[in-house]
Amino acid sequence: MSKIKMPKSSVSIDMTPMVDMAFLLVTFFILTTQFRPDEPVQVVTPSSTSVSNPPEHGKIIVTIADDGRLFFDLDNQVFRKSLIEKMGDSYNIAFSVDEVNAFATGSSIGIPMGGMKNYLDMSPEERKKVEQPGIPVDTTQNLSNELGVWIVNARIAGNNPVILIKGDSKSNYPAVKNVFKTLADRKVTKFGLITADEAAPVEPIK
Amino acid sequence: MAELESGGDGHKGKKRGGVRAKKMSTRIDMTPMVDLGFLLVTFFILTTTMSKPKAMQVVMPDKDVKDSTQMSKIRESEAMTILLGSNDRIFYYYGQTQPTVEVTYFNKVRKIIKDKNEEVLALQKANGWQSNGNYNGVYIGIKPTDESKYENLVNMLDEMKITGIRSYAILDPSAEEIEMLPK
Repeated sequence: MSKIKMPKSSVSIDMTPMVDMAFLLVTFFILTTQFRPDEPVQVVTPSSTSVSNPPEHGKIIVTIADDGRLFFDLDNQVFRKSLIEKMGDSYNIAFSVDEVNAFATGSSIGIPMGGMKNYLDMSPEERKKVEQPGIPVDTTQNLSNELGVWIVNARIAGNNPVILIKGDSKSNYPAVKNVFKTLADRKVTKFGLITADEAAPVEPIK
Repeated sequence: MAELESGGDGHKGKKRGGVRAKKMSTRIDMTPMVDLGFLLVTFFILTTTMSKPKAMQVVMPDKDVKDSTQMSKIRESEAMTILLGSNDRIFYYYGQTQPTVEVTYFNKVRKIIKDKNEEVLALQKANGWQSNGNYNGVYIGIKPTDESKYENLVNMLDEMKITGIRSYAILDPSAEEIEMLPK
């Protein structure tokens, strides 16, 4: 009896569609990805069912770490230049062009004004290693409440930015209260709390 | 042995005619390219941040407006105070005078708020208590104590949104209120 011979199929398969798909995905991710900027502290935000997106540009972000340290961020380089100059005026510190540029290209910052000049004079690698002590805040309206001065100057420098608070879910309320109070003292009554996504409850509530 | 023999075989095996280039296959091996492609896909999938952060809008009471003018309009039966305590506990009481403080947790508070809101709405509709032409429902003061966490506040604000409470405010607890709380 003769065996039925199966036609020997080719071992190599046509990979073209798969390659097309792969490169389509690569292109998609290259175009949509946004690298998250260096942040001096990792913050886990609480989740909420809010759906409004904060604006991409023109915002002040006050970060509250879980140990209560505060960090300040304004997002545009041009605004940041004018912000650090205004901060220098407020505290009588003259920043050189290099220092202004170093600040402008940075991101969230938690250095008291007293140490700002030293910090900006460092090389970028050194700056990353610095353990930032956080921006001083208290309940006064004086220069000792540096967060208040930052906010006032950033609102002038930043072309009416949106103010957002990015708090760690485990930070204690007094730290948050100080920020709220500082904002209220500066006549900021509307602001946003940055939260992570959370699905709305399934059961509709009237 | 075979090699030796073939070496000495002379020109017998050689093809006649001109030197013809070997016909190359038109298919190229795409495996390295595919490898690289998927490596990139994996890299971008892992580094990309797909979920954009959301912002919850908060409006704080203006400090310069005297609270008493606003607060005096609220009837005692319409008011509810929520205190956020330590260890994710929630204390709440209705009205203002001689309140009895009760304790609850985040998994139960939604129903409490909802029930109270419906009760107050019914009361407002029965008596025609409108403010600016609306029945506002219960007025809630959220008072986070110093022992509470930021998460508690955000969750409570979220509950306000979920239950559809129209009027609420973040306030500081008074000394008497802190005194009332069980340790």
